[in-house]
Amino acid sequence: MNSVLVSGIGLMAPGLHGWTASREILAGIVPHEPNECPKPTGTCLRAAERRRATSVTRLALDVASEALGNTPPSSVTSIFTSSGGEVEIIHGIFDQLASEDRRLSPTAFHNSVHNAAAGYWSICSGSHHSADSLCAYDDSFATGLGEALLRCACGEQDVLLVAVDLPPLFPISEFRPITQPFAVALLLNPSIESAKLARLKGHYVSASPGSDDLDEPGLESLRLANPAARSLSLLMAIAAGRQKSLNLGYGMGGSLMIEIEPCN
Amino acid sequence: MLPDNLPSDLPDSIGAMRRMTPVRLCAYTLVNALGPGREATLTALRKQASGLRPCDFLDVDIPTWIGRVDGVESEPLPAALRSYECRNHRLAFMALQQDNFMAAVAAAVKRHGAGRIAVIIGTSTSGILETELAYRAREPSSGRLPHNFRYRQTQNTFAPADFIRTALGLEGPTLTISTACSSSAKVFASATRMLEAGWCDAAVVGGVDSLCNTTLYGFNSLELVSDEPCRPADQDRKGISIGEAAGFALLERRGTDGDEYPALLGYGESADAYHMSSPHPDGLWAAAAMRQCLTRAGLNPNDVDFTLLHGTATRTNDSAEDHALVNVLGENAPCASVKGFIGHTLGAAGIMNVLMACICMEEGFTPASLNTRAIDPAFKSRIMLEPEQRNLGTVLTNAFGFGGSNASLLLGWPARLQP
Repeated sequence: MNSVLVSGIGLMAPGLHGWTASREILAGIVPHEPNECPKPTGTCLRAAERRRATSVTRLALDVASEALGNTPPSSVTSIFTSSGGEVEIIHGIFDQLASEDRRLSPTAFHNSVHNAAAGYWSICSGSHHSADSLCAYDDSFATGLGEALLRCACGEQDVLLVAVDLPPLFPISEFRPITQPFAVALLLNPSIESAKLARLKGHYVSASPGSDDLDEPGLESLRLANPAARSLSLLMAIAAGRQKSLNLGYGMGGSLMIEIEPCN
Repeated sequence: MLPDNLPSDLPDSIGAMRRMTPVRLCAYTLVNALGPGREATLTALRKQASGLRPCDFLDVDIPTWIGRVDGVESEPLPAALRSYECRNHRLAFMALQQDNFMAAVAAAVKRHGAGRIAVIIGTSTSGILETELAYRAREPSSGRLPHNFRYRQTQNTFAPADFIRTALGLEGPTLTISTACSSSAKVFASATRMLEAGWCDAAVVGGVDSLCNTTLYGFNSLELVSDEPCRPADQDRKGISIGEAAGFALLERRGTDGDEYPALLGYGESADAYHMSSPHPDGLWAAAAMRQCLTRAGLNPNDVDFTLLHGTATRTNDSAEDHALVNVLGENAPCASVKGFIGHTLGAAGIMNVLMACICMEEGFTPASLNTRAIDPAFKSRIMLEPEQRNLGTVLTNAFGFGGSNASLLLGWPARLQP
């Protein structure tokens, strides 16, 4: 498999408000100061869809838009990956179904599907290319990245990976400790002249990854607080412009071996 | 014959689309409302016997018909898999035990090694019924869920892939695809890419979706649930009958020498980019997905012998799909929906169509579109009202989902293709 160019990154997490604003933090030049994320906006959606879209969907679309930059959205093939999907809507549905009146809101129901963000993305981007939606529990990020690399290997261009998770609500929160919001997007294999952030190469290995702890304790606790934040070691290597081999958990049992090459 | 009103930006050559090497279905198994195993489905398809019944699932109070699988309640998982206990996995395990599927997978493990076999499963419901029941059993003062609730093994969308991998002892790349009702069609596309890249030598793909309140009350809220057995393509169709099913296939690029297997010849994926829960009325992007199948297979529209429709029996799906089919295959292309037999099995619908296509190719017949009485006069494809004996070289199958997710797959006999 040939290496693939990363030409755009979107990021939103506590203390990491956008890729541009976060590069020096991730490169270890500026300390990470965890603070609250701004509310996701879903700015790329038209008003009617924005009203209906959930926080998970808006957050996913915000980082997708940042990663996209000037790439025409209508040419993009997308892969959305998430462990919990639409956690807030799903909780509301379970609550309703446990009550006397089990009638559901039609909007809540179509917003509850795991591919809601992918669907809204298609609508706002106008892209008719495939919009996938995956899950691999804590390994959702690298598993999605694997799918993105496989699409690039088939010659597809402008492949967008979006990984997102929000903390589930009580009472599910007691059984699924995702404690911080995190969303990241990577734009791969651009069709137009674009920024060159790094080149990636990956393949599957059927053994669990070894220890992948980050040196900075704040970022390490964030990495463990959200499946999408398992991307941090990759983002830090790209931010630092370092050549690096990483072994990220894939499919809860295997791993994705990633070679990162700086472009400058 | 192709109509000349194709949109100029129809992405029938998305990316650098190459002809794909056929991927053989070296073993498969299924369970649905017709019963467990291939034989139950074959018999019912031939006899035109529906598996639908008036809704008798839990205390659901919606006047509708469902495709419920008998015996799920009385077949607990074996002790070694007990931590996964839920309706969705019971259904999956019931399917795994049919048609010598586990033996075929074990033989593939011997040939390739457990780490060289991928597991890619489509689902929309996963095991959310467990969580629905757990919410009803919340501790009144604290609102907490019962302590024995197992989120990871039941509700999480990854749970079906994790369960199948564990039950089969596989260690290859494992993931769940969840794109609503196209989920278990997309698993074939994903597996093909993985095989092409050499990340695995074989893949177990599949789909499993089980009855639950969320889908019954959810589709009812959208006024898409029929109060009678669903009637695909009928002029008086009133919506879907929700079903449950599980199906799995073992995919390899090469089969065992001397055997002939049905194969995936092409796949196509697209997005409507139109509406979250309604298809594009002209089916333009569904047509694009079908056309991609033909391009990847290196075949022409007149090479398609039969089509198994998504055919849910909603007003909008069936009409849009008819437009799409006429757009790609021309008028009078023979086709049928199997939803009148098993209902709309949602996340499992994609692979139900694929496996029924295999059965029909192997047995040499086309099924009737059961429950269709008077075909919608606006439709221009040839909806089959009776089963027919017929040699089938290829069958096209469709699966469309919420979010405008379209997937089409072309099945056929690779040995009979021109090189």
